[in-house]
Amino acid sequence: SCCAKACQHTMNPSMSSCNWLTHVSLSISFPADIISTVEFNATGELLATGDKGGRVVVFQREQESKNQPQRRGEYNVYSTFQSHEPEFDYLKSLEIEEKINKIRWLPQHNAAYFLLSTNDKTVKLWKISERDKRPEGYNLKDEDGRIRDPATITTLRVPVLRPMDLMVEATARRVYSNAHTYHINSISVNSDYETFMSTDDLRINLWNLEITNKSFNIVDIKPANMEELTEVITAAEFHPNQCNTFVYSSSKGSIRLCDMRASALCDNHSKFFEEPEDPSNRSFFSEIISSISDVKFSHNGRYLMTRDYLTVKVWDLNMESKPLETYQVHDYLRSKLCSLYENDCIFDKFECVWNGSDSVIMTGSYNNFFRMFDRNTKRDVTLEASRENSKPRAILKPRKVCLGGKRRKDEISVDSLDFSKKILHTAWHPSENIIAVAATNNLYIFQDKVN
Amino acid sequence: MFSKGTKRKFSDAGDEAADESVLGLKMTSSYTLQRQSLLDMSLIKLQLCHMLVEPNLCRSVLIANTVRQIQEEMTQDGSWHAMAEAIGVGQTPADRLEATEVLCRPPVRGQDQEAKPFSVIGYDSCHSEEVVVDETLCSTSPEAHTAYISSSLGVGPCWQGEDLTEAGEDDEDDRQEDCRPRSEGEDGGRLVEGSRATEQVFGTFEIKNPVPSPDPALEDLFSDVDASYYDLDTMLTGMQGPPKMGPYDLLESLSSHGSPSISSTASCRSDLNELDHIMEIIVGS
Repeated sequence: SCCAKACQHTMNPSMSSCNWLTHVSLSISFPADIISTVEFNATGELLATGDKGGRVVVFQREQESKNQPQRRGEYNVYSTFQSHEPEFDYLKSLEIEEKINKIRWLPQHNAAYFLLSTNDKTVKLWKISERDKRPEGYNLKDEDGRIRDPATITTLRVPVLRPMDLMVEATARRVYSNAHTYHINSISVNSDYETFMSTDDLRINLWNLEITNKSFNIVDIKPANMEELTEVITAAEFHPNQCNTFVYSSSKGSIRLCDMRASALCDNHSKFFEEPEDPSNRSFFSEIISSISDVKFSHNGRYLMTRDYLTVKVWDLNMESKPLETYQVHDYLRSKLCSLYENDCIFDKFECVWNGSDSVIMTGSYNNFFRMFDRNTKRDVTLEASRENSKPRAILKPRKVCLGGKRRKDEISVDSLDFSKKILHTAWHPSENIIAVAATNNLYIFQDKVN
Repeated sequence: MFSKGTKRKFSDAGDEAADESVLGLKMTSSYTLQRQSLLDMSLIKLQLCHMLVEPNLCRSVLIANTVRQIQEEMTQDGSWHAMAEAIGVGQTPADRLEATEVLCRPPVRGQDQEAKPFSVIGYDSCHSEEVVVDETLCSTSPEAHTAYISSSLGVGPCWQGEDLTEAGEDDEDDRQEDCRPRSEGEDGGRLVEGSRATEQVFGTFEIKNPVPSPDPALEDLFSDVDASYYDLDTMLTGMQGPPKMGPYDLLESLSSHGSPSISSTASCRSDLNELDHIMEIIVGS
């Protein structure tokens, strides 16, 4: 795989000099809005970001040119559009935030690109298409668009298409609304490419992409008596190649795998993944830190990855009793849970991603740190996405958090971590070593240096 | 479930000799204090109203579950009942009227007003002491000797025990003094004298539930199907602060308050009645 090759020639035994990734030029800063989601499309040609202000910005990778080989496919802004606007629910007297919670790309069928974007309540299908020609030579209107008096027309001509400056336009093709009482946290496109699902705290709905006025409820965990509510759905995803299979995770740290062929309402799971609790680690915060913030199938469909507050876990779909692998993201926070509960950081929802070959996984942390774990070599690295480290083509230096005792020169102590700088959203190119990291209102794109 | 609470009795240090737990001797009173603080904090969190946007259901559920866990453990210890006894009963419905009034107030930055970080009903200035509790819990000063309750021993929640005692304020002592007598079931008379400390701990129990029922505080949160958020609106007290709170707004609003100033005994007495009513609701008596 490309990643394994890259790792082999850049890694050496000492972890501190592992240079998996090298930062290459592009580091984009969004002026005001906080980035709330990042997603590559299926080919990696496009990268979409959504922000708190309801905007979507799509980046496109440059074609590699022989003239400038050093500009190896950098990403430039391709399209920007306002996906969602703030709304007001008059019945409840509450605002509906325009923040984009998730973006998912559809596979490409023709020249246009399609993506789904969602806020708390409404999913929209956007078509992004290019226009580089326009018709000229109308009969009934002149070049400025003014209507001509038919009496003045003496000859007829056929309009022709003439080249124009490339224009990328985004149009909303479908709006899937009024199906969610609670806040949508996930959307997932099915491998049949005809349906998708939207998930809120208590329900999962299945939609046909073409039909907006109805959806099918496939999971409903709302108790008859809301006073009995103790668990919510936190994320859901379709299996990458089995179109009847999906998983959803819960706030109690469990994952349920469901088969839509079994019944129309998938309240009964086919498989139930949960790790038994370690009684020696029990505290009042145990449940909160076990709450799963993200769940992702591996590309090959054989594994599941889940993120809870302190760890990332890889599960084998054939083993429900415990995860295959557990990686500590920032275990030094375990002794700070009360403070993190007080300032609400304990409720931060970190996402996790696989690389294209499913050999490396990545997730974010605080202080603009993000972590990568190599599943084969069991090595891990902590990197930082910050302006200071973002000189073009500078190699990212691994970071280290000092747990206590003597702090080395380059290390940072736990108490100095900035908890307002959190990396919740990251994305990995589907086939190459290119990652996108969202650090509050800055987007960083890092690429592997290829010799 | 909790195994750690069963062996350890809720008593003062003298009985700890029989306790098997290694840190048992150190644990009891500080553990109780910290558990109480966690309970207070959790209840504050449940009541903070994002006045314009719907509250996050996942967060609310997790906090409510935490409150339940504490409540269950305190019930097992016997300290829940003791706490309720100490408060007593009785409240006039008129005290509830302030609640809705607060909801109607436009959100104003807490720093501009005297002691209103969470603007709980009827408590004008008594709550700045609450500020101290939370501030110390979350302070992470490098010099703090962090005597964490070791999770590997299977006891207690993890937090910086020493930070709590380093608050260095008079109310800290008041609180400790009042906690222990309360747990031993002292009568409410003592409470009137130690009213300041009481309010610190119970002041935030602003659960407004017109229908007493088991665990009403939590029930009211999730009371109805689609109307769950309507009830959340009416139940939650208004918050004198910015509508959308980030993680650090909480800390900012807390730390901005200076020493408390109790205006008059009259207001404290009505506050106490408020407390009584709340405790009554929580205990379900």
